[in-house]
Amino acid sequence: MRYGLVALAALATLGACASGADRDPRDPLEPWNRAVYKFNDTVDNAVARPVAEGYRRIVPGGVRDRVRNFFANIADPMIGVNNILQGKLEDGFLDWMRFVFNSTVGLFGIHDVASQMGLEKHDEDFGQTFGRWGIGTGPYLVLPFFGSSDVRDGVGFVGNIYADPLTEVRPRNVQYLAYGLRFTQTRTDLLEASRILEQAALDKYTFQRDAYLQRRRSLVYDGHPPRELELEDEDDDKTTR
Amino acid sequence: MKTTIRRLVSALLLLCLGLPLGAPAEESAGPDVLVKQVTLEVVDLIAKDKDLRGGDRVKLIALIEAKVLPNFNFASMTALALGQNWRKASPEQKARLTEEFKTLLVRTYASALAAYGDQQFEFRPLRAKPTDTDVVVQVRVLQPGAQPVAIDYGMEKTAAGWKAYDVMVGGVSLVANYRTEFARLVRASGIDGLIADLEKKNRSLDAAAKKP
Repeated sequence: MRYGLVALAALATLGACASGADRDPRDPLEPWNRAVYKFNDTVDNAVARPVAEGYRRIVPGGVRDRVRNFFANIADPMIGVNNILQGKLEDGFLDWMRFVFNSTVGLFGIHDVASQMGLEKHDEDFGQTFGRWGIGTGPYLVLPFFGSSDVRDGVGFVGNIYADPLTEVRPRNVQYLAYGLRFTQTRTDLLEASRILEQAALDKYTFQRDAYLQRRRSLVYDGHPPRELELEDEDDDKTTR
Repeated sequence: MKTTIRRLVSALLLLCLGLPLGAPAEESAGPDVLVKQVTLEVVDLIAKDKDLRGGDRVKLIALIEAKVLPNFNFASMTALALGQNWRKASPEQKARLTEEFKTLLVRTYASALAAYGDQQFEFRPLRAKPTDTDVVVQVRVLQPGAQPVAIDYGMEKTAAGWKAYDVMVGGVSLVANYRTEFARLVRASGIDGLIADLEKKNRSLDAAAKKP
């Protein structure tokens, strides 16, 4: 049923914008991606965003911080593994130290004591590790339900699912509850960002795609990406203005 | 005694008043100092004002126009976002593009500020030579349970002091992000088409804000 809807939406958009000449080279699957994007947007408007807004209204900010900290903590060991896979042994070791301190002194991770001790939280995943190894992004890809990705990060995403500590959680209903709570927390944290995106973008799809590609590139290089040749050209534009 | 103090005060006043006129641009505040001053001032004003904390749009926009806008070079920003197409635009088109883009960015900035909830800032030391005229000022926003968000300001030295021409949030350059959209719209309907689209966007934002 779900896939039927997606396929239908894809066909509809294929018909609507099959011009092709205006295609971005980073996004050869644009018609397909736009269809999935539209589908995700519908699901988000109908379910995810209202749930997140309700959660934000009902649950106090202090409690939400604890929930975020808890899920952030159980993710730290895998972030450490990815740092080590990227050759950043010290960062990886520090991620594990964070996990040790937060799981104990921080009461199962609900308090981020490690950050207060100066052990900074990192953001790593398999997609970034592949990027660090020199693997290109491949075409941009919008995943059903999970949103912006690309072929490289999509493969990484499968790795992230396997490495996710929640996959081990049993019984099943506790596991689903944990998935649901984590998703709600994540969506709630993105409420403001998605509102700003709505305001800033002339075309939401393009704006979000470009932001995703820029963001991932920045993350692969831990916030210090080398300047692109393209950017140098624009510097010329600026001076010859 | 009293007159001596008064004379001293008036001499100081004169000195202060005279300084900005006489001093060359080089002696104005460094880019990192400027960013820190403006950030802390804006955050302080929001903390003190209930309407601003509540996200009052009209007041937020007024605050941005008074405190933040003078530190941006919107012509540079628009030129960068337009890329090659900037050269094809007439002076009149350039002025209108800059005006509409500025309006859009101010509106967006207002909703970003409305989302501000006493996060802590960390101001990074500037890594630049004193002779540099194009620098990146790094600020980081700290938040519990998440990696700090980097906010980098691309700043250039102009005759009127340091001005920001780009903001990068978490590695996403605002100017670069608009480039693809703008290029596509110019290809589709020319520079006038882009101006019309920007106007339409700004009008719809204002209409949406008027609704309760």
